[in-house]
Amino acid sequence: VTAAAWLRAGAAVFVAAMLQVVIVSSLVVEGGAPDLLLVVVVVLGLLRGSIPGAVLGFAGGVVVDVVTLGTLGVTSLVLTLAGFWSGRYGETTGRGRRLAPIVAVGTITLLAGAFGYLLHYLLDEEVVARHALLGALAPAFVLNLVLALPVHALLRRIVGEGEREEVAPEVEVLAG
Amino acid sequence: MSRQRSARSAALGLTVRRIPTTIPSRSSGPVRRRLVVGVLVLASLVLISLSFRSDGSGPLSGVESAGAAALRPFAVGFERVAQPFRDGYGWADSLLTARSEAEELRAEVQELRQRAIQAEFALQENVYLRRLLAYADGPRFPVDFDPVVAEVIGRPAGAFAQAIVVAAGSDSGVAVNDPVVTADGLVGVVTRVSGGTARIQLLTDEEAAASAIDLRTGATGIVRHARGTRETLVFDRVRKQDVVRRGHEIVTAGWRAGALSSLYPKGIPIGKVTSVGQTDTDLWQQVQIDPYVDFGALDAVIVLVPRERAR
Repeated sequence: VTAAAWLRAGAAVFVAAMLQVVIVSSLVVEGGAPDLLLVVVVVLGLLRGSIPGAVLGFAGGVVVDVVTLGTLGVTSLVLTLAGFWSGRYGETTGRGRRLAPIVAVGTITLLAGAFGYLLHYLLDEEVVARHALLGALAPAFVLNLVLALPVHALLRRIVGEGEREEVAPEVEVLAG
Repeated sequence: MSRQRSARSAALGLTVRRIPTTIPSRSSGPVRRRLVVGVLVLASLVLISLSFRSDGSGPLSGVESAGAAALRPFAVGFERVAQPFRDGYGWADSLLTARSEAEELRAEVQELRQRAIQAEFALQENVYLRRLLAYADGPRFPVDFDPVVAEVIGRPAGAFAQAIVVAAGSDSGVAVNDPVVTADGLVGVVTRVSGGTARIQLLTDEEAAASAIDLRTGATGIVRHARGTRETLVFDRVRKQDVVRRGHEIVTAGWRAGALSSLYPKGIPIGKVTSVGQTDTDLWQQVQIDPYVDFGALDAVIVLVPRERAR
């Protein structure tokens, strides 16, 4: 990943984090709000790979936690794993698939919601499971899916697609 | 197992051999990947541990405060840019309910006009009797507080916290546990403060609660978040023999016992009772209230800084 690509991806994550905190979190539809930052981190992981995905997720999480004066590291941990997992998916089975952004964003939204709930539970914060895992997560899942393809198209234009480090091994068929 | 291995296809009876790839260092990729993600996860866990234990005075608080101060102009700038779009969204959204809301408000204005006249008489009588008795009282809202008006510049992502971030902090005299209101009523309480920003826990947060009282009957209880919904409150711990009716106003109770006192001064409007129910098995009445404050559309709030602290 070149320095210019890192810079563009970093700027995209910063803008997404600020937009998420300032406006997107308040766009509540049927009890849930989209998570633009999560979608951006997942898409960047798909486009640039697992290491940039993890690093950018960590950085985006720190920005959100600092701006909102939340417990530092909580959002970073969730987004680091989200960026890493989407990067691995993009490097392996999701490579070249048109619906990879939808699959990755949908799956990671559900996993991040469940993991976030577990994390807050472990931190002794009172969270109602029915609200967090059903009332808010179901609309957020749909809204994130709606964002997935446009964000993917936009970020592919801005940061481009990274060269794959891991290539699937070729096989040779020998007769006899 | 060797990567140059060959295998025999069971179906076709053919031998399949992997062709060695020309990628220079495939073994360093996974190691580097695991190392990077391991370091980042470890850093996150260290941050969580330090931040969770921090009481607002440790080294991490200084770093966090400096970070918040550095990012504050960006948050304010983004907020200013987003405001017209938010207003437009709110305007379009309110059109759907404008007609029915206008009829409700007309009826409410008539009722309130009559009650305002009665309240004015009661107020004059109250002032006179207090003067006669030399009545000692706790902090009263709003006369015993200095208002700090602050713009809302952020909201945490996700469903795990009902909170907002405002553009006023300790530099403006704001401190942890200061009550926060709007012209409509109670919003919440300050939970974290940096130099130029403060985090406010909304009354709709699962961990928030306020002692409250029915303004008409004096029934007391605790207002807290209704489980499973985002913006409904319940008036809990109301005894079965107490009278609470649909339409009654609920305000903060503002108790004081020695050195201890409620976070909220008495008399801040919270909401209106929408339903009252009780069952034989429940110890308390089940009272739902509709908050006066629209927690999803907060643009600016007033932090109440006690005058006795300022002195």
